[in-house]
Amino acid sequence: MLNKSANLTEKLFAKDIPQAPNRDGYGLGVVEAAQKDERIVVMCADLTESTRNLDFKKHFPNRFIQAGVQEQFLAAGAAGLALAGKIPFITSYAMFCPGRAWEQVRTNICLNNVKVNIVGSHAGVSVGPDGATHQAIEDIAIMRVIPNITIIAPCDAVEAKKATLAAANYPGPCYIRLAREKSPIFTTAKTPFKIGRAEIYRKGNDVALVACGPLVYNTLLAAEELSKKGIEARVINCHTIKPLDQKTILEAAKNCGAVVTIEEHQIAGGLGGAVAELLAKHLPTPQEFIGIHDKFGESGKPNELVEYFGMGVKSIVKAAMKVVRRK
Amino acid sequence: MPHIHESKVKELELIANRLRQHVIKMIAKAGSGHQGGPLGMADIFAVLYFHELHHNPKNPDFADRDRLILSNGHICPIRYAAMAEAGYFPVEELMTLRQFGSRLQGHPERLRLPGSETTSGPLGEGLAQGSGIAYAAKMDAKKFRTYVLTSDGEHEAGLHWEAVLFAGKNRLDNLTCIVDRNNIQIDGQTEDIMPLEPLRAKYEAFNWHAIECAGNDIADVVRAIEEAKAIFQKPTVIIAHNIPGRGVSFMENNYLWHSQPFQPHQEEQALNELKEIEKKLLKEI
Repeated sequence: MLNKSANLTEKLFAKDIPQAPNRDGYGLGVVEAAQKDERIVVMCADLTESTRNLDFKKHFPNRFIQAGVQEQFLAAGAAGLALAGKIPFITSYAMFCPGRAWEQVRTNICLNNVKVNIVGSHAGVSVGPDGATHQAIEDIAIMRVIPNITIIAPCDAVEAKKATLAAANYPGPCYIRLAREKSPIFTTAKTPFKIGRAEIYRKGNDVALVACGPLVYNTLLAAEELSKKGIEARVINCHTIKPLDQKTILEAAKNCGAVVTIEEHQIAGGLGGAVAELLAKHLPTPQEFIGIHDKFGESGKPNELVEYFGMGVKSIVKAAMKVVRRK
Repeated sequence: MPHIHESKVKELELIANRLRQHVIKMIAKAGSGHQGGPLGMADIFAVLYFHELHHNPKNPDFADRDRLILSNGHICPIRYAAMAEAGYFPVEELMTLRQFGSRLQGHPERLRLPGSETTSGPLGEGLAQGSGIAYAAKMDAKKFRTYVLTSDGEHEAGLHWEAVLFAGKNRLDNLTCIVDRNNIQIDGQTEDIMPLEPLRAKYEAFNWHAIECAGNDIADVVRAIEEAKAIFQKPTVIIAHNIPGRGVSFMENNYLWHSQPFQPHQEEQALNELKEIEKKLLKEI
C-alpha cells in the first residue's frame, strides 16, 4: 500500500495527472536559490532555454554567464568562479557536461573539492528524436566513481526544484541529473526530500523496487499491477545515488529478500551497480536490473524508446516476478 | 625610465639562482620530476614572488591577494622553491617533494598546500580556471590580478583556446597569461610536434593584447608585466622566450631534459655550475 506520509499527489493514478519535464523544476529552484544567496551564478553552454535558465537570466542578468559551446571550459571555468567565492550552477546536456567535460569535473571540480553544481539535462533515451548522440545513459556511472561528488536524479519537476534548492548550499560539488521529456508530477510540496535519504513511496515486503528519476512513476504503476497478482512491492525513490542510503536499501533487501533496480541508464555502473555493490558486501540478495543493457539509444518517441529498451511498466512487472521466483 | 632599479635586478637574479639550486636538489632527491621548465621559469618566479605579487605567506588566503595559477603543474618544483623562500613553509620541506605524505605533490594540490590556489597539472586547464577567477573578480569589483602560467606545449589543448575565447569576449584586463615559450615538450620541439606559430598573432586574433619578452632577463620580465597592468579592456598574454634548463649547460635547450632522471654526478655538476653563477652575482652586488 501507498505510504501516506510520502504525501504523493491525489491524482497519482489519474489519467490526467499533470505533467512537466523535471528540468522545469531546476529552472524554478535556481531562481529561488539565487534570491536567497547572492553568491549563486549560472553558467550555460549555449542552451539557455532548453536547460531552463531563461527566468534566471531575466531576474539576474549580471549573474548569468554565457560560455558558448565550450563544455570543458564550462566545468574548468566554474571551478575558477568557485575558487573566487561564487556558487556556480553549470548547465548543459548531460552528454556534454559532465560527459565531454569528465576530466575537468574530476580534477578541477572534485579533486579541487570546490562548490560547483553541475546540472545535466536530457539524460536517458527519453530525449527521443535527437537520437543516440544526445542520449546520456552513462553519466551516473562516470560521476559515481569520482570522490567528493553528490549525485541526485530527481523523479519529477517538484522534486527537481527541491533538489536544486538543497544542492545550492550542500557541501561539495553536486551533480543533478534531469530529463528533457515531460513526465507525471506525482510528488507534492509536502513529500519529504533530503539529500542522501531514500524515500519509501509504497510499503510492501515481497520485493523491493529501487528506482530513480522519472521511472519512479512507472515503478509505482508496476507495483499496482503486481499487487493485483498478489505481490506487494516496496517502492523506494532512491533520488540520491551517491551517497547511497545504505540503511533504507539494506532494510528493504532484508525484509523483501528480492530487489529490482530501475533507472534510465546503462545497467552497468549506475543505481543498479551501486545497489549491487552494497548488497554483495553486506547482504547478498537476488537482484534484477531495469535499464539499458549495454546498447546505445536511437531516435524515436520517448515512450516508444522507454518501452523498446525494457523500462516500461510491463518490463518492471516481469523483472519483479522473476526476482521473486529467485528467492 | 627602467621599471626596476638595477640593484633590485641583481637581488632577483640571485634569488632565481637560489631557486634553481633548490630545484636540482629536490628533483635529485625525489628521483623523478621535470628540470627544463622549472629552471627556465626561475627568473619569472623570482619576479612574481619577490617583486610583483600582492601576497602574504603568513595569510595565504586573504581575499585581495593576487592569484597565481600554475597551469603546467609539472613545473611545480620551482613554485614550491619560490614559496618556501618567500616563507610559506620551511625550506627543509622542499626535500619531501613527491614523497608519500608530503604536501609537495608531484603536481600541485590546493587542499594539501595552502597558497597553491588550485589543483593543476592536466594540461590546458589553468587559463580556464584563471578566467573564472578573473570574471568573478570583475563581478565583485575586486582589484586583485590573476596570473596564469602556461607552457607552450599545452597550447595544443583545445580547452586552453576555449578559455582564450572567453577571456577575450569578456575583456578580462585583470588577467595575465604568461607563456613559457621554451620550444620544447616531452616528445621534442613544439614546432615539430604541433606548430604553434604564429603564436602572438593567434592571441591578437582572439582579442588579446600580446607582449613578448626575454623570460630570463629580469628587467624585461618586469617591463612586460608592468605593460600588461596598463592595458585596459583586454586580457594580456606575455610570451616569455625562455631557455629551458637555464643555468645548467648540459640541460639548456635540450628537450630530453624536459624531464629525465639524473645520472651519477649530474646533480653535482649542475649544482657546481649554478654555484659559479652565484659567486659571480655576489661579486656584482
